[in-house]
Amino acid sequence: MSRRVTLKLGIEGDTHDVTVVIPDDEPTPWDLGARLSIVGKPTPRVDGALKATGAAHYTYDIELPGMLYGAILRSPWPHARIRDIDLSAAKRMAGVRAVLALDDREIRFAGQEVAAVAALSTDIASDALSVVRVDYETMPFVVDVDAAMTDSAPRVFGSGSNVGRASSSSIGNVARGLEQAASTLEATYTTPVQTHVSLETHGAVASFNSAGDELTVWCSTQGIFSVRDDLAVYFSLPPDKVRVVCEFLGGGFGSKFGATPEMIVAARLAKAAGVPVKLMLPRADEHRATGNRPSSIQAVKLGVDGGGKLTAIDLVQHGSGGIGGGAGSAGPFKSIYRCANIRTEERNVYINAGPSAPMRAPGWPQGCFALELAMDEMARKAGIDRLEFRRRNSDNPVRAVEYEIGARAFGWSEKSASKKSTGPVKRGVGVASAEWHAVGVSGPEAQVLAYRDGTVEVRVGTQDIGTGTRTVLAIVAAEELGLPIDRVKSEIGDTRFLFSVPSGGSLSAPSNTPAVRQAAAHLKDKLFRIAAPMLGAEPNDLEASNATIRVRTNPSRAIAFADVCKRIPGDSISAQGERIPNYEGFRTDQAGCQFAEVEVDTETGIVRVTRVVAVHDAGRIIDPLTARSQVNGGVLMGIGFALFEDRRMDPQIGIMVNPTMDDYKLLGSLDAPQIDVTFVEVANGLTNTGVMGLGEVAHVASTAAVACAVYDALGVPVRSLPITPDRVLAALGQV
Amino acid sequence: MSSDDRKPRRPPAISRRSFIKGAGAVAAAAGLVRVSTASADQKSLPAGVVESLGPAAESIELKINGRATRLTIEPRVTLLRALRDHLGLTGTKLVCDRGACGACTVHLDGKPVTSCMMLAVDARGHEVTTIEGLGTPAQMHPVQAAFVEADALQCGFCTPGMVMSVAAALERNPAATIDEIKHATAGNICRCGTYTHVFEAALSAAKSTGKTARTAHARGDA
Repeated sequence: MSRRVTLKLGIEGDTHDVTVVIPDDEPTPWDLGARLSIVGKPTPRVDGALKATGAAHYTYDIELPGMLYGAILRSPWPHARIRDIDLSAAKRMAGVRAVLALDDREIRFAGQEVAAVAALSTDIASDALSVVRVDYETMPFVVDVDAAMTDSAPRVFGSGSNVGRASSSSIGNVARGLEQAASTLEATYTTPVQTHVSLETHGAVASFNSAGDELTVWCSTQGIFSVRDDLAVYFSLPPDKVRVVCEFLGGGFGSKFGATPEMIVAARLAKAAGVPVKLMLPRADEHRATGNRPSSIQAVKLGVDGGGKLTAIDLVQHGSGGIGGGAGSAGPFKSIYRCANIRTEERNVYINAGPSAPMRAPGWPQGCFALELAMDEMARKAGIDRLEFRRRNSDNPVRAVEYEIGARAFGWSEKSASKKSTGPVKRGVGVASAEWHAVGVSGPEAQVLAYRDGTVEVRVGTQDIGTGTRTVLAIVAAEELGLPIDRVKSEIGDTRFLFSVPSGGSLSAPSNTPAVRQAAAHLKDKLFRIAAPMLGAEPNDLEASNATIRVRTNPSRAIAFADVCKRIPGDSISAQGERIPNYEGFRTDQAGCQFAEVEVDTETGIVRVTRVVAVHDAGRIIDPLTARSQVNGGVLMGIGFALFEDRRMDPQIGIMVNPTMDDYKLLGSLDAPQIDVTFVEVANGLTNTGVMGLGEVAHVASTAAVACAVYDALGVPVRSLPITPDRVLAALGQV
Repeated sequence: MSSDDRKPRRPPAISRRSFIKGAGAVAAAAGLVRVSTASADQKSLPAGVVESLGPAAESIELKINGRATRLTIEPRVTLLRALRDHLGLTGTKLVCDRGACGACTVHLDGKPVTSCMMLAVDARGHEVTTIEGLGTPAQMHPVQAAFVEADALQCGFCTPGMVMSVAAALERNPAATIDEIKHATAGNICRCGTYTHVFEAALSAAKSTGKTARTAHARGDA
């Protein structure tokens, strides 16, 4: 059974009446007319006190009786065959309980897993690794991307080329578009490999039952269910015999999907030793082996006509995720700006380095950097204001509003027109556009329970990567049930709860909140059935707000929510909700733009970001406080990518030379500028909550905005990241 | 789970070596030889006496969160590992293991130190305060409460160290400026990028308390 409802969708000043058909058991989507009491108001996160006092338990903090500590031996060679592994000395060492040779006999990067031990302490485990003797037959290797593309390069995979097949897209005719252009630009942009540097390294605590047919794994993961499924396959167990728990997660950024090697190793060691094993990676291994954002070499051509409209966008891109793929960066080229002629070509280049993993908006920060800096170079060549150039080529009405809001907050027109200082420190400003499509997916289910004491509990098999998932789910349930937030508790991070999707790709909030709202609505119906006879009314006539259930037409006939809960026959009543597919709604894309101001010391080459204005839409914002944190984080990670981060490989010996948190440069507190965040609320009507994800879109444009600002400050572009002092001075012709 | 269950099994402790006089004393390869100074370990050793420890586990006494705690550890164990692996005080985080990120920050006699860069035996005779000693979820230190209020945390893994750095800065100067806070947290890496909210939290804690409450030695969970 279904019903038709007409929703008021869009943004303030640009509203659309859209009629959608929704199932009868679905709450009506929140639209522009929705009156909400706690959704949209800043709410401190519900687990904040646990985190601020060190009481939150991460995988790293799990201790089980009789637990052993695992460690992994890794290849020092970038390319080798293992002839033999001698584990005997490690096995004899006092305190060692299990030793394993791992399966792969061909090593393709320095840092690849070779053997593993479990011992009474981490120190004994590392002592044991030092006496494992491995006989390697070393092989030629290549870690430099340019070198890897040559015919004579050592092959990473057998005899196949190191350059993968092109992934291409084309609309219109780029050659003709370039011919028609009044002005063209051709330039090449490069970005380095970035590592995720999750503060909690990858790892797990694994425990088999005594029969060896049930496995429990506590692990630092973005996807408890994907880990469960992978482990079930690996150990030939039914999925319901594998339980995965992740109560708190110390960062992931895309590197923690599925059962990663260290989780499998921990479980194998636990099986071999017959006791639980904890295996958390050391920092260096985290840098070398658990994933990275691939590098890029992006050859860009743009054409623009006399009216400032793009006539051609062309990208030929190569990038390397080591022995992994996923290096493409064409996303922004294909969709941020409108152009009749767009061609993109992406190729993976394989080198003997650790495998890539998805990282916060995979491909987009590097693509956006190249596209936006090229846009600025094009605008300068064609003599058009940079913001105006973007306005003319973007047809997204939400972004148009965001450009205006951002430009005003930032003071764009004055700042972009101001004369450069004659002193050594030059100021510059830049603007870049973001895009993402965080509409969520169907699949998650939620359970909401009301207890006799009047409290409510939300249970979803999701996990909190740090975005505030617990808080957002509690707010949605509290809103639907008319309760204050402190009456609602969220339980997540356990595959014993109902299924949810991984936390990545900005999926969590838009995928989970509609399931929670539906479950809360179903629970409300059940509570109304209990309350109706107490109020002498029909369940359909009741509403819930201010912790009270009342008759809609006669609000004085009311009863406290908690008093209704006292009539619950057992200990609790519960209801389920499911995430149904999206309605047609208003728009499925997210715009966004960021403005950055920098100071560049032209004598030292040091770049300082002094201010960022970020304007974003993410459908309905549930909690502006945690949402703002996500945007701050996206901006700061983008500044780090623009100025500092760079995985360096030694071409002579093929190892990562900076696998630490001091040599791999990360943005710190002294580098953090003032950040002003504005949300443009969009009622999209895609789901009953209209929430979109924010993790990716907040990060897409940040690096680009900084690079554009540096170009403005210097008058010459720095086309390679990171924008280090030597590159600034080289761009100025001073070195 | 009782606190005993949480302690990992250890090789049997070998009895503590007696103090050896003279600088020429031979110490075992993985052990430690140190000369006591006026500042370190003054309670147990007269100045100038050389102490040899290890390599086997030794019984030592640490004063943590206001409470004297005895534990048996190898001398190579860092203060961080001792807190986490031996005493169940897991609020203090291990992240970089080389003093580069500040996640393991604790207070030693009120001053912030990175506990991954310090051996547990060197903490003898000093007051160690961990994040658990600063406040509890039910009774937060003003800095902890300000972190929650300003959402100065995301994944939360850097948070204990960040809180300890800010709390120490406000102890030094209860009216700390944003620049002082930035410098006080310059050694604390937050990968989620929460710094600006940390500054807000610190300034609000400084403002709301006028003078931050003296570090409370709340009960630890060991």
